Amino acid sequence: MLSRVADSLYWTSRYLERAEHTARLIDINMGLMLDRSRVSAQRRWQRVLAAVGSAQGMGWHDDRDPNGEPERWPGVTALVHALCFDTTKHASITACIFAARENARQIRDEISTEQWQRLNGLFHEISRLRTASPSERNLAEFLPTIIDGVHLFQGVTDTTLSHGEGWQVLRVGRYLERAWCLTTLLDVYEREVFAGGDSDDTSEYLEWIGLLRTCTAFEAFCRVNTADLTHERILGFLLLDPDFPHSVHYAVDSLHNALEAIQQHTRTQHGGELMRVAGRLKATLGFAQVGEILAQDPVRYLRRILEQCREIHDLIYAVYIQYSVETALAV
Amino acid sequence: MTTMPLRGAQEHPLLREYFMDAAFDEMFDGDGAIRPHYQALFHELTTLPPEEIQRRKQSADASFLMQGITFTVYGREEGTERIFPYDLIPRLVTGEEWDRIERGLTQRITALNLFLHDVYNDQKILAQGVVPREVVYSCQQFRRQMRGLRVPRNVYVAIAGTDLLRLENGEYVVLEDNLRVPSGVSYMLTNRRIMKRTLPSLFRDYGVRPIDHYPQALLATLRSLAPEGRPEPTIVVLTPGVYNSAYFEHTWLARQMGVELVEGRDLVIHDNVVYMRTTAGLKRVDVIYRRVDDDFIDPLAFRGDSILGAAGLFNAYRAGNVTLANAFGTGVADDKALYAYVPAIIRYYLSEDPILNNVETYLLTDAKQRSHVKENLDKLVVKAVGESGGYGMLVGPQSSAAEREEFKRRIDSDPRNYIAQPTLCFSRAPCLLEDGSIGPRHVDLRPYILFGDKVTIVPGGLTRVALRQGSLVVNSSQGGGSKDTWVLSL
Repeated sequence: MLSRVADSLYWTSRYLERAEHTARLIDINMGLMLDRSRVSAQRRWQRVLAAVGSAQGMGWHDDRDPNGEPERWPGVTALVHALCFDTTKHASITACIFAARENARQIRDEISTEQWQRLNGLFHEISRLRTASPSERNLAEFLPTIIDGVHLFQGVTDTTLSHGEGWQVLRVGRYLERAWCLTTLLDVYEREVFAGGDSDDTSEYLEWIGLLRTCTAFEAFCRVNTADLTHERILGFLLLDPDFPHSVHYAVDSLHNALEAIQQHTRTQHGGELMRVAGRLKATLGFAQVGEILAQDPVRYLRRILEQCREIHDLIYAVYIQYSVETALAV
Repeated sequence: MTTMPLRGAQEHPLLREYFMDAAFDEMFDGDGAIRPHYQALFHELTTLPPEEIQRRKQSADASFLMQGITFTVYGREEGTERIFPYDLIPRLVTGEEWDRIERGLTQRITALNLFLHDVYNDQKILAQGVVPREVVYSCQQFRRQMRGLRVPRNVYVAIAGTDLLRLENGEYVVLEDNLRVPSGVSYMLTNRRIMKRTLPSLFRDYGVRPIDHYPQALLATLRSLAPEGRPEPTIVVLTPGVYNSAYFEHTWLARQMGVELVEGRDLVIHDNVVYMRTTAGLKRVDVIYRRVDDDFIDPLAFRGDSILGAAGLFNAYRAGNVTLANAFGTGVADDKALYAYVPAIIRYYLSEDPILNNVETYLLTDAKQRSHVKENLDKLVVKAVGESGGYGMLVGPQSSAAEREEFKRRIDSDPRNYIAQPTLCFSRAPCLLEDGSIGPRHVDLRPYILFGDKVTIVPGGLTRVALRQGSLVVNSSQGGGSKDTWVLSL
């Protein structure tokens, strides 16, 4: 497969995963705002911004302040609207979907017609919704459209695209992005919510349900742990559960599988370091215990996972996409 | 031009829009009688209920759309796709007519390849004054870099698409040789697939000669041109990318041949060897069917601002490590001024008379011809030699006095840049109109010629149609469409 094609497949998949994650994050937090809570709206949405990337990325800073202290609070409606529709902000959902479609369009021939139709349909639907004036009704339609659209795309990907190298590249993109998004989210909660406190508080309880639901994990969590929410159990489940698709462990396992399959397809001689780093991350999560993590420094542990995800991304580029001519010919 | 309605038994309600004029009509002869080879088609069209014709038209539309044979229209509504305009009534060419066309095209492509070889090597034809040196050296498509360079099998033009017209007397003449990157072949083949489904029994009864082997023939041609010592050559199609209007064709050809479709940025040149960048490492490339113009193919050798090509490609080519089809510099042979010399070129290299004639052409560098043209601008067509696609033209009879004055000025300031030809009245073929009736529309014919270890011309080609009534412009960018071309076995 051409490196350019692999590159486009990888990003198509990453952008879609990110769009779905952001859509769910906004949806859940909009819901939480309805309940009376000690947590101020501003603090909650700062958390959301931290979870989708930098606050700077959303322009939520006073331009005159060189230290970039968050001073201008744009208000929930404007912020949510920007997070959903503003194409000049690369973290917005619309920007993600547009970028995914643009990547897919460059390789229209490498994906199935069904995949293209889903993605193109989603694009047109969003174009229609974003031109209308901002309203709650619009958002209520927009967020489920994104989530459904991405699910449909993933469904037709699995049923219509041959499960060869291209499919594996799509999986690499999806699971690397998922591991990244989940870890970032856990990191934010670890610092903002869990660090604060006592678990009896109702509002804390609401926040925890919000976290689980953002990861589509509430039902799956209850099935394993009952509805007994504790810091340790939530972190343990979202980080280390081997079977739940939105746990970091599961995402990293799947990422590792896909990378292994690609290595077999391409028979590359240069994949050693990539497989070592991916394998180490998989093993770290596979043999970890949540008690140990909490006893040490959970934030550092999560940051370390993020670093390794970044390392895996760089190695994928170095091995498959942007390798130098000299390394490639050195075999 | 006088027009007259049809006479006699052919007065059928479907033909209410049909009229005869000075142009040659593919279906009716001068007396308004149906030509023998069109009788079965005419019978089918007039016996099918009109609703049935419409139904088949709709199902053909749907197949075009489903197969993605569309071109994308950019602008506000991003991603709206339209189907390529086409006509449901096939154009018929008798076996006898075709055999002559085939011989004529083979003769022409052979002579033009000999010419290119000569011009880039010994230049005998220039030394003997058959073609004036000025014509070659003043051509913008002449590539000095190609002098003395050996190309595999001495084949410069491996893929050509020659535009033919049919004059009032029914004679096929050559309007233009497209020797650089001719397009449209995918429409020829997809038109055929859809017509087979639309009029299956008629197709069978006519015994139409097959064209479906074109992709294999193209692959075999490319393979035969591989550099020496590369018995299992890797072949790729090089496209300018997704924004090119012919991108559909590039992807389609790559898929049909089972080869990789690459862009310039996929290619890496190292030690004068061309590689493509794959996830499994660098893979050597031996033959490139390039759909990128000379100017853009290598920023080091040609236009430095090009991002469509690959840096160092020309050096790899010069080193003989990769074949490009077509070669660089073939444009010197399809220059509109050189065109006037093609009959002489055929006589010079092959000692034969041309089988297919040229359209009469006035060279404006010649003072006598220039003054004749300037006096008769209202009757002539003036074309800029470097333009294509129907742009940069003056159509005398439809021009205003101001436009003619403007062209006179342009001709005087740069006579080498223009040629003039009589306004041609080329043939018309029956087409299905919007209202369901059948009317005459002007058509040309572009057969596709492959030249590798042998000449292959699949029987037929792309018949382009000027879909607007009375229009003589068949270019798809200006309201043209296409129709299937059936070459009959007899």
